[in-house]
Amino acid sequence: MNALTEFLAMGGYAFYVWASYAAAFVLIGGIVLWSRYELNAARQRIFVRARRTERSR
Amino acid sequence: MFTWIHRFGSAPNVYRLSGVLAPWFGVSAALCIIIGLYLGLVVAPPDYEQGESYRIIYIHVPAAWMSMFAYVVMAVSSAIFLIWRLKVADAVAAAVAPIGAAFTAVALITGSFWGKPMWGTWWVWDARLTSELLLLFLYLGYMALRGALAAPGESSAPSTTAARGAAILAVVGVINIPIIHFSVEWWNTLHQPSTITRFDKPAMHISMLRPLLLMALGAQLLFFHNLTVRLRTGLLQRESRARWVRELAIAQSNTPPGDNTPGASSTVVPEKPEPSA
Repeated sequence: MNALTEFLAMGGYAFYVWASYAAAFVLIGGIVLWSRYELNAARQRIFVRARRTERSR
Repeated sequence: MFTWIHRFGSAPNVYRLSGVLAPWFGVSAALCIIIGLYLGLVVAPPDYEQGESYRIIYIHVPAAWMSMFAYVVMAVSSAIFLIWRLKVADAVAAAVAPIGAAFTAVALITGSFWGKPMWGTWWVWDARLTSELLLLFLYLGYMALRGALAAPGESSAPSTTAARGAAILAVVGVINIPIIHFSVEWWNTLHQPSTITRFDKPAMHISMLRPLLLMALGAQLLFFHNLTVRLRTGLLQRESRARWVRELAIAQSNTPPGDNTPGASSTVVPEKPEPSA
């Protein structure tokens, strides 16, 4: 328990260290998830339209 | 040679290749980052001067490196687009911009979080910090220019003016990269010089250096994972009316439900697609 508290305290720099990691995870993780979401959404939209076009021929 | 470049760099080929590579980049990036974080946050000893606060470098340095690397990729792709009019090169540049902007923002934010306890201030108008901020503005400017000059009502298919204007901005802006890199040598700055140089022994102990290199490799792989995913989106949007997209859509509708992985769709791209570049 003590070791974990010590680790989380980061020698008194907890706010700066963890805030940095949090900001990085939010920004980089956010763009990764957003990119994947955009790909799925584009595939869904474009493929549905393409299939409709193909059927109407 | 140019025929080969145009054939290999055609949208269906790049879409298929990106689909194959994306999961591999993603898994390798996750592995590198998990091991790098463990070594950097748990195993590496505290710094004798900075204590535990130095652990911010495991995020800050890879992000700063990637911010510059991404810009070089964007500028080179833009130059290829301007010279050879390869549409895929423009799609690469457009896909890189938001990723580069995110890495630059991370480098600036984490640098600020490190600067406050070490320098006593969140921000100084130091040459390194200012040129890195300029890099963020270049990324944002590039994206804004693309958006502003895009064909009305067609956000997915950029107009030639938008693509060319943004490409020129990207190529001109590359001058900022050597300025960022050498700013700590050219000017008297608060920011410390490079910890790792190509020709000198690194200033860090190996126990601290190992996680840094792993995190840098993880960031690089994550960049390529994100780039391949975004590139696929960009290509689908640009080529939404092309024959290869229609054939891909038909082939996808015949695949078993649930098989929606990025690699799954890539295997059904026709062997001889329409030349699109």
